[in-house]
Amino acid sequence: MSAAETTTAPEAPEVRGEITYLEAISDALREEMRRDETVICLGQDIGAFGGAFKVTDGFIEEFGASRVIDAPLAENAIIGAAVGAAAEGLRPVCEMQFADFIACGFDQLVNVAAKLHFRQGVAVPMVVRLPSGGGFSGGPFHSQNPEAWLLQAPGLKVVAPATAADAKGLLTSAIRDSNPVCFLEHKGLYRTVRGEVPEGEYSVPIGEARVAREGGEVSVIAYGSSVHLALDAAEELDEDVEVLDLRTLCPLDTKAVLTTARKTGKVLVAHEATRSCGVGAEVAALVTEHAFEQLDAPVRRLTAPDVPIPFSPPLEQAVLPQLDDMKEALRELLSY
Amino acid sequence: MERSEGAVASEPRHEEAHTSADSNGTQDATVHDLAPRLTREDRTALLRFMAMMRTSEERGLTLYRQGKVPGSFYDGCGQEAISVGSSFALAPEDRMCILHRDLGAHFVRGLTPDRYLANYMGRTGGVTGGKDGNMHFGDPSLGCIGMVSMLPDMALVAMGMALAFKVRSEKRVAMTYFGEGSTANGQWHEAMNMAGVQRLPVVFILENNGFAYSTPNELEFAVDPVERARTYGFPGVAVDGNDVEAVFEASRVAVERAREGGGPTLIECRTMRMHGHGAHDDMSYVPEGLHDEWAKRDPIELYAQRLVDDYGFDPSEVDAVRNEVRAYVAECAEKALASPMPEAEGATDGVFADAITRLGDGQAPWSHWQERNGQSNGKSEWSAA
Repeated sequence: MSAAETTTAPEAPEVRGEITYLEAISDALREEMRRDETVICLGQDIGAFGGAFKVTDGFIEEFGASRVIDAPLAENAIIGAAVGAAAEGLRPVCEMQFADFIACGFDQLVNVAAKLHFRQGVAVPMVVRLPSGGGFSGGPFHSQNPEAWLLQAPGLKVVAPATAADAKGLLTSAIRDSNPVCFLEHKGLYRTVRGEVPEGEYSVPIGEARVAREGGEVSVIAYGSSVHLALDAAEELDEDVEVLDLRTLCPLDTKAVLTTARKTGKVLVAHEATRSCGVGAEVAALVTEHAFEQLDAPVRRLTAPDVPIPFSPPLEQAVLPQLDDMKEALRELLSY
Repeated sequence: MERSEGAVASEPRHEEAHTSADSNGTQDATVHDLAPRLTREDRTALLRFMAMMRTSEERGLTLYRQGKVPGSFYDGCGQEAISVGSSFALAPEDRMCILHRDLGAHFVRGLTPDRYLANYMGRTGGVTGGKDGNMHFGDPSLGCIGMVSMLPDMALVAMGMALAFKVRSEKRVAMTYFGEGSTANGQWHEAMNMAGVQRLPVVFILENNGFAYSTPNELEFAVDPVERARTYGFPGVAVDGNDVEAVFEASRVAVERAREGGGPTLIECRTMRMHGHGAHDDMSYVPEGLHDEWAKRDPIELYAQRLVDDYGFDPSEVDAVRNEVRAYVAECAEKALASPMPEAEGATDGVFADAITRLGDGQAPWSHWQERNGQSNGKSEWSAA
């Protein structure tokens, strides 16, 4: 659980626009803390150090130690304290130093936070920020994409932005939501993805997917880092590919999923998380249940295989979906 | 502490409240001497709430045996003094996470027995309306968050409520309970440690009832957990858990300390679980004679006698309280039985909240709070950052 192990995402090979995905997350958090004094931050090394990835850099100076709380190395204490504080009227934003460590706070998240409103009618307006994803030799404990764990716990909302604007807009909405929201922020996008992001208050509704690229021959349904992989593959192939960025995994925008599936009749679901019982399985089931007659090909998945994320670059690259994998999967579907 | 060496024996104890350590250099004695006294009405109330817990749980057990309670049944027989004595010290604006041997605290805060019994039976009139069973409830309108089965998860939630009070600079207190079994779990450490680091206004009530299900103290820990409090930077206090006024006094001091910014307190209440872990448990693991020993120290009988011997109550007054409670609980049981079962269509409702809910304040029957008329209720204006 050391912050020292891996604290920086890879440098950007190219810039894409105005501010980074990471800066957009900071922006949203700062704006909401300025706007609403009930918003507090809770996490390890988030105070004077500004967080392992510097999302809360400068926050303690602006908002003080009473609202930017350096927690002991105790994930259940962070989540559990947030539940109590949320029930008592605050809007805590918890930072897991890496998404992997949600395993250490899982009990409070799935047994207390997720079920409290169903059982007792007590709203739990809290956010758990989860720096997720691999691609930089983080190894088995600093690279995971834990969304499937979270999606099996009714009561949690789960968002996974791919762009800087959505990172800001969805974090704003997550903080304003009346429920526990798990905010998956892909570490690989922190400094590689840039974009135009509205200044000041900016929100994107939870539960709405976005068509990231219009197309008519094949649909890629993706989220997080896989959205960029799909967009890059579509450009390189120069094919009529539609890319749907789910943005929210729970509640899933089923309408948008079925609309693109019916439109193209060929669906590739892509994510970096492991394969079995993942989001891809859910989307594939949804499409075959409700759009079977419009399909021209079997629904395909491009995911990591069911293995822990290995450390060494050649091994990690063999496991995480790559651009060539995306192109090959698309070519195969297009050939139907 | 006299029990610093190894395992803790499970025999009745009669010690006075005392602190095991005081890392802050303050003395309880000063506060103690200035303690607001319990009035005659307070003492009647303490007896009444304990009797209400015992009678309601007896009625619940009967309903269970009649097949009217789905699932399982748990009670706190023999531990009534703990939840009643501790919660009696709280102000309306304070908050609680109440556990499964602590029905008395629900009643002190204002819950009525019909809603408890209806909850056990899965009826709409129960606190959770059938969404959750047995003791897994807390009435949000009375400032309570209901427990989960995982222990001691609520210690962290109570700590979080206390964190909110600290962030807003409010003079309010959170109180929660756990058994000695919970002290073996890592989350217990997380709660104690963070509460100590942040010096939070939270009172932890440890109920050492001798057994975690069937596991005796000597297999649970090598050192009495109350001694750990000192190492977390706050006082640990051990009291006779069958003496309602001893529990109240230790709690009153702890609540006052917390309210004034002095941080947490751990209060160990030593007692004995007089029934099985659940109604299905025959307690065959309890050493012979131990149950009988503790039966002589029933907290309700002890207190009824004390009211007569020390506080000038006529025996008929004590009987009147207990008779009134019996009649009231019988009435509540009828109300619970009249409550309908929930409609199946509602099974999937409420997974997500559409709006923020606010916890309400609880009842605070201690005369001290009645006398506070016109004073600030302790909720301050927002003053963060």
